[in-house]
Amino acid sequence: MKPTSHAFSANAHDALQDRDLQRALKLMETGFSAGRRTAVARLPEFDELCEQGRAIKNHVLEHLDFYLERFEGEVVARGGFVHWCATPREACETILSLCRSVRAKTVTKGKSMVAEEIGLNPFLEANGIEPVETDLGEYIIQLADQSPSHIIAPAVHLTTDQISDLFLEHHREHGKTKRLTEPQEMVGEAREILRERYFQADVGITGANFLIAETGTTIIVTNEGNGDLTQMLPRMHIVISSIEKVLPTLEDAWTILRVLARSATGQDISCYTTFSTGPKRAEDLDGPAEFHIVLLDNGRSSMLGSELQDALRCIRCGACMNSCPVYQSVGGHAYGWVYPGPIGAAIDPFFIGLKEAHDLPAASSFCGACESVCPMKIPLPKIMRHWREKAFEEKITPVPQRAGMLIWAWFARRVTFYRLATRVAAGLFGLLGRRRGRFSRLPFAAGWTAGRDLPAPEGSTFHDLWSARARKPPA
Amino acid sequence: MSKPPVAVGLFVTCLVDLFRPSVGFAAVKLLEAAGCDVTVPALQTCCGQPAYNSGDRRSAIGIAAQVLAAFRGFDYVVVPSGSCAGMLKLHYPALFAGDAGQSAAALDLSQRTYELVSFLTDVLGIRTVDARFEGAVTYHDSCSALRELGVMEQPRRLLDSVRGLRRTELPNADVCCGFGGTFCVKYPEISTDMVRKKASDVVGTGADLLLSGDMGCLLNIAGRLEREGAKVAVRHVAEVLADACGSPPIGEPKSSRPA
Repeated sequence: MKPTSHAFSANAHDALQDRDLQRALKLMETGFSAGRRTAVARLPEFDELCEQGRAIKNHVLEHLDFYLERFEGEVVARGGFVHWCATPREACETILSLCRSVRAKTVTKGKSMVAEEIGLNPFLEANGIEPVETDLGEYIIQLADQSPSHIIAPAVHLTTDQISDLFLEHHREHGKTKRLTEPQEMVGEAREILRERYFQADVGITGANFLIAETGTTIIVTNEGNGDLTQMLPRMHIVISSIEKVLPTLEDAWTILRVLARSATGQDISCYTTFSTGPKRAEDLDGPAEFHIVLLDNGRSSMLGSELQDALRCIRCGACMNSCPVYQSVGGHAYGWVYPGPIGAAIDPFFIGLKEAHDLPAASSFCGACESVCPMKIPLPKIMRHWREKAFEEKITPVPQRAGMLIWAWFARRVTFYRLATRVAAGLFGLLGRRRGRFSRLPFAAGWTAGRDLPAPEGSTFHDLWSARARKPPA
Repeated sequence: MSKPPVAVGLFVTCLVDLFRPSVGFAAVKLLEAAGCDVTVPALQTCCGQPAYNSGDRRSAIGIAAQVLAAFRGFDYVVVPSGSCAGMLKLHYPALFAGDAGQSAAALDLSQRTYELVSFLTDVLGIRTVDARFEGAVTYHDSCSALRELGVMEQPRRLLDSVRGLRRTELPNADVCCGFGGTFCVKYPEISTDMVRKKASDVVGTGADLLLSGDMGCLLNIAGRLEREGAKVAVRHVAEVLADACGSPPIGEPKSSRPA
């Protein structure tokens, strides 16, 4: 996916003008966060589970090589294959050659953000293989030729109305000519069409929420059951996963599963939790003949030991974006790359470069809502601040902002000049604003006054009044 | 014999200094009424947070070092702002973590620093204030006070002791108003959208007066309410608690409506 993060401000501007998007975001604002709160309140040990989950993840990150190798050993022992891929390109090539080995024309896909990260769909299409998204949200945005705007609710930016139009346009070729508006009916129609596609697919590709080192199992959570059909029906199942998803044991996975759905959708547990361990065995009734895991690094191993290591604890629940007022205002596409919201602001600069993505960590009010809801307690604002410091050091921060900051800091470090400057400013603007008490237009603060007034200062600085009081004998 | 008074250094904050000295005097009044001996060190400007949050670590350290020096020796350092108090309390130790000479001083300052209302309640144990305010008020939590310092119940409890005051909860009181320091300057459109939602929640309460503990939030929300022509006045919580509502509300001219 070609990033548009450098145009964040313009993207945000457009997003704020987009009425459909704003309507969709408003619904989301009330849905997810309230659901999470209720689900968390129902589980007294929620915080303790988060703490345990965090400790498990920290332990894994300290011993990542060990658990990955153990995982590989268990997969191979059960007849599966592990493909280590350093780069997105390598991962795409590996998946393509696996698809070609079974002469695949069509592949079904479960939801996978790592597949988005490596740009799998366009790559397969360019090589003559048709990817079919089977997660409803992913299916919708595939019809719309868009990318996900949210890591667990990829089509959250679209309204039901827009989806009705999309279905009408694209389902015509399947003989569906009625414009449906009831979500239940729409889901039914999409399901009917997808059902056919499952049987046509030669390969099923899914992501993984967890990889279990002790058993070589991969786990996905879904609410639609599409993952099961995607991986069970075709002759080959390919799992695409990044390396930090590994956990030592099944029990560890359960600890984290108990906080994942609660943090994500407010469910106690997702409708489906699917465990895949190796290909079909002789005594199994169904399952894929071949089981492959494509393990993507894409630089993650170099995040270990850096300021970004904590971000590798992320379990992709999306709670940070659900709680983020900036995300709620502009939606996920404005961020301009695969991972939106606070987690995107923390990791996108690593993947696509700070020059491209410097706005993402800067566009936060540091309100801390993300960190407070993160079940893995990732210090998201701290990581964003790390990027801001790097941007400032490397002079990526826009010149006016940089210069403004340095001038202001010069004054702030020299009390005498600072007092003089603030005395003049408070006096001048206090006088100018005396009649109305506020300013509706200020040329040097046009951004502020475009959407709100600026209250006028009272006229004298506190420090001046205080020294005057100190000079006066008490009355 | 009475106890020696508690020596408090008041960190005024740059926004109170520049925009609203009344808040500083209200803070002094509250502290003195509680038996504190209040000093305002002359060598203070700003806490350095604008630089720190903009990635200019060097400037932030320079400014913070000034604060460390200016506030040496007080029993407590009190700040009428959650955001600046959070900077002194939580971020200074991080800023000086690698500096053998200063890290102890930063930790020491951190332990002595409190947000104003938290200091009155959590440290001095004050449960009620001697103040009167006739009207309906609502309270917005500043993000730093709430999430960095755990200030939530304290201002509400003290407000409930003000005679005549009727308090309504603000829906989404814990959601950021969109100020965010330099954030509102760098991303004004997003910031405006956030404060638009906040203003709409405030108006929805039907309160006459919005209170909060941070000048940044207050300037932002007051500015938006004024722009919308809303009939809600805005003040710092210290003004009401200190019974010091002599100046016109934030963003209003002198001799305007009383509130």
